[in-house]
Amino acid sequence: MIHTIAFYLFAAILIASAVLVIMSRNPVHSVLWLILAFFNAAGLMVLVGAEFIAMLLVIVYVGAVAVLFLFVVMMLDIDFAELRGGFMKNFPLGIALAVALLAELVLGLGAYRAGKLELGQADGTAATLAGRSNIESIGGLLYGEYLFLFEAAGLVLLVAMIGAIVLTHRQRTDTRGQNISKQIARRPEEATINVKPEIGKGVQL
Amino acid sequence: MIGIEHYVVVSSILFVLGVLGIFLNRKNVIVILMAIELILLAVNINFVAFSSFLGDLTGQIFAMFVLTVAAGEAAIGLAILVIYFRGRGTIAVDDIHRMRG
Repeated sequence: MIHTIAFYLFAAILIASAVLVIMSRNPVHSVLWLILAFFNAAGLMVLVGAEFIAMLLVIVYVGAVAVLFLFVVMMLDIDFAELRGGFMKNFPLGIALAVALLAELVLGLGAYRAGKLELGQADGTAATLAGRSNIESIGGLLYGEYLFLFEAAGLVLLVAMIGAIVLTHRQRTDTRGQNISKQIARRPEEATINVKPEIGKGVQL
Repeated sequence: MIGIEHYVVVSSILFVLGVLGIFLNRKNVIVILMAIELILLAVNINFVAFSSFLGDLTGQIFAMFVLTVAAGEAAIGLAILVIYFRGRGTIAVDDIHRMRG
């Protein structure tokens, strides 16, 4: 009973906040609704027993991706009202397409329930280990069978990180930064000179 | 009792909302990126639900890789957005024709 109530609560808030993500006038509000959507999706995943993915969703999406979005939205000085032009013009076509797509998806689900489609069955090679928690089973699978894929995922993240740095890095010429190698290469004999001024001429006031 | 169908319907609705978001906000590339995140979230919910109801953890492993790619995509997309804004002063994507595509 509580399971059903929790499912409908999470699903309703998830869909409502997804609607608000795409409908909000202000992209900052969109990002905040996106964060709410991620939290509720994590709740849905906890309900089916996938705790690890749920926590990963909260950490990666809410902690990193959504905050990145928030930074970029607030950093750029953009007239968002101007960007909303064409919203109403695209609305009927968009709704028609969305309804058609949803009808197709639900039709496919109906066909599956009618028993005409045969989906594959799990062969049990990746079943949850008996008496182990979700995260232990995932760990065993991830560091065993899927080790190379796991490392490839790390490589994807590395490439994304280097790409983002290379794209946004720029050499600024209008500021005077610290030149460390020049500082270290400087020697006392070339930095100071020893002069012997005549008496009464050393200091010019 | 909540079955796999409930999860599939929720993720279908979420997927369609993501597609609709791309349609409605054709000019605002930030909201387009957020709509792509919604689509990937729908995919992840589907993966996790099937994985759980079939008793096979491969779906959850795959959802993790989808998560990785989504994080990389957001980082690269926003980096491109920032340098585009730096060069042009706007992010209206419907009149980008610099590459004559």
